[in-house]
Amino acid sequence: MPISFKRYPTRGIYDEMVGPRSRPRPVAERVCEYFESLSDDELKDRVDSVNLNIMAMGITFTVYSDAGNIDRAWPFDVIPRLIPLSEWRRTEAGLKQRLQALNLFIDDIYGKQRIIADGVFPRELLTESKNFRPQCVGASPAFGVWAHICGSDLVRDADGTLYVLEDNLRVPSGVSYMLENRMVMKRVFPELFDNMDILPVDDYTAQLFDTLASISPRPGSYPSVALLTPGIYNSAYFEHSYLAQQMGAHLVQGSDLFVADDDCVYMQTIEGPSRLDVIYRRIDDDFLDPEVFREDSVLGVPGLMRAWRAGNVALANAPGAGVADDKVVYAFVPEMVRYYLDQDPILPNVPTYLCMHEKEREHVLTNLEQLVVKPANESGGYGMLVGPASSSAERDKFAALIKANPRNYIAQPTLKISTVPTLTAEGAAPRHVDLRPFILQGDQLYVTTGGLCRVALREGSLVVNSSQGGGSKDTWVVNDGEAT
Amino acid sequence: MLLSRVAEHLYWMARYLERAENTARLTNATSNLLLDLPKGVDLGWESLLGIMGSRAEFFQHYNVVDERNLMRWLLADERNPGSLLGSLSLARENARILRDVLQRELWEEINDLYLMAKRDAAGAVGRRKRYEFNRAVVSRRQAILGIVVGTTSRNDAFQFMVIGRNLERADMSTRILDAATVELMHSGDELRPFGNIRWMSVLRSLTAYQMYRQHVQVRVRGPAVLRFLLQDRLFPRTVAFCLREIQICLEGRDGAAAGLPNNQEPLRILGRVLRKIDQADVYALVESGLHQFIDEVQVGLIDIHTALSNSYFGNAQSQSQSQAQVA
Repeated sequence: MPISFKRYPTRGIYDEMVGPRSRPRPVAERVCEYFESLSDDELKDRVDSVNLNIMAMGITFTVYSDAGNIDRAWPFDVIPRLIPLSEWRRTEAGLKQRLQALNLFIDDIYGKQRIIADGVFPRELLTESKNFRPQCVGASPAFGVWAHICGSDLVRDADGTLYVLEDNLRVPSGVSYMLENRMVMKRVFPELFDNMDILPVDDYTAQLFDTLASISPRPGSYPSVALLTPGIYNSAYFEHSYLAQQMGAHLVQGSDLFVADDDCVYMQTIEGPSRLDVIYRRIDDDFLDPEVFREDSVLGVPGLMRAWRAGNVALANAPGAGVADDKVVYAFVPEMVRYYLDQDPILPNVPTYLCMHEKEREHVLTNLEQLVVKPANESGGYGMLVGPASSSAERDKFAALIKANPRNYIAQPTLKISTVPTLTAEGAAPRHVDLRPFILQGDQLYVTTGGLCRVALREGSLVVNSSQGGGSKDTWVVNDGEAT
Repeated sequence: MLLSRVAEHLYWMARYLERAENTARLTNATSNLLLDLPKGVDLGWESLLGIMGSRAEFFQHYNVVDERNLMRWLLADERNPGSLLGSLSLARENARILRDVLQRELWEEINDLYLMAKRDAAGAVGRRKRYEFNRAVVSRRQAILGIVVGTTSRNDAFQFMVIGRNLERADMSTRILDAATVELMHSGDELRPFGNIRWMSVLRSLTAYQMYRQHVQVRVRGPAVLRFLLQDRLFPRTVAFCLREIQICLEGRDGAAAGLPNNQEPLRILGRVLRKIDQADVYALVESGLHQFIDEVQVGLIDIHTALSNSYFGNAQSQSQSQAQVA
């Protein structure tokens, strides 16, 4: 059955491509028309070609539980998500503003703590934060930037408002899939790229390299940059090797590196030790340095923190940057924007109730059925309560958890997150999506054009994580010719 | 600046790719030979187990040495890390680790070759599709080599691929010679008339038959074949040729490439093995001591590997050991 949008359901939900009365939105007219014009055979042909390309390019992600078969092809949907450039310009500005404020906050927290002294941010939040690293107090990374690479998740509610759902400041992943998705789409649907003004995404790796180079402790000389990976069994290894390759950086494991008596970091090469300037680390703080954090870590490098504190090596993201990657701290980001930048936030937060405040806690406890409750420090959708889908036993359990440890919980209204048409056995059907743009900060700020669009492939599902039945789509920022 | 660990993965990737190609050539040549031998002549299949050095492992999984079992073991059985499919799987694993270093095209071809072999290897256990399958493996492997030679800078990474490929090639050539020697020495009278066919098959396993005929103006006879495959300076699969290629990687060529750092010890060991081969009197060896001579050459190849490992692969010794068990 060829694709048709004539009866595409959009009631009660915001669809990114198809507007009210099943009419394609202006930005998506051409794409909708194109997909409707494909015969069954043509469509199948394209889908097969996409799958073949994904296999051949070896685009994979790793699932821990699949013993023996660690590589899985990346689930991908051929219908792209479209964003008008005029809207994107505003989003981009909002993301830059946000990361700037977050970095000022982190630098302040590990420095003078003005924001606490001024009564904007409560001190007790800090002392109870899992991701606050006392070992980082007093450090001063270049440009005062701690989070050089940030992945912020955006979702759109039924009324069309775009919200920031969370900021990933530790080791955000997914950008390579964004780049590979585009490569696949260009191979399989070249005519669409011919006919439309779609902005390119592939300068990301060059921008990433420039960002990393800008924080080198030896400015002037060509920096020696490496990406530190936990190794081939990590779920994001594909991405690590991809980024290292595209940047022309070394891909290293902890065992390739050592810290010498001069507190500098060296790689083991066939010519002997060679000094490193910048490490884009893709392992968690906990595993970075067994001398300082977890003693049993074999992934990290003993002495790495010593070298970093001495200013002999730059780490991206800096250790401790995760302090701002906490769902309670998240609630304060709009305040940070006002406090540090003296600006109004361009992108709103999802309204958030902090259970640590008595009044808000009362509201949460009496309205559990309508709310989503999240623990402060988990990621990947673990340990959550989705009110409308919960049983009364689950709600009781969460009520008890919240009362026992109010600092650890926040609650948000259940959003009706937007959809994009997605290919299913019955033609194109709406599936929920989010968007993860990546924001870089070194001596300059940069935002990817669009980002990684993740889609919940199961009908009605809101879970977009690839480990739990999610897939992805290419995201096209399209020049709509409107003034920005 | 090449990481030690990366150098080691490059070396092993090249070895496994070469091993897969050699296995394909060898099984094709053997299949071909057996069609020419009279029924009841006991020759061939089991010698493949000797060549591949996996006799004991084979009998852990199979009871009978017959064509089907052997072909399954050598081509399609992933329990055998030295099988064609096993080699390609290991080559791909190494390539996967090296994706940041390899040309994208190269990774895609290696991945593709593995996926093809995984799909078709079981079908090549029977005779009908075996030739076609092996041919496809060889030709796609050659395409990979073409990408390496045609699009890779002559940097240190390239040198380690060349070294791995040539050491594996020399290794396989000596294994094939060894098997033929042992077989013909111990064969009874019924096999003697087929000695020439056997030596022709040796040449064919190494794709050396035509070059031999062009360069060696005598008919196919044991000592001449041996001399050609051990000492010839022009044919790229002879043992001496392979070792000279490694020597060039280590030393650099005519001052154009600088060669590899820390090359004294590997060069010293390599020179020793090369002299031994160059100076050998093959005709005398055929009369006595050939088997032992080839054994010594094989030990020499292992010494070269160890010297490379000590000079370059440094702290990655644990992996080196586990991979070497497969070698």
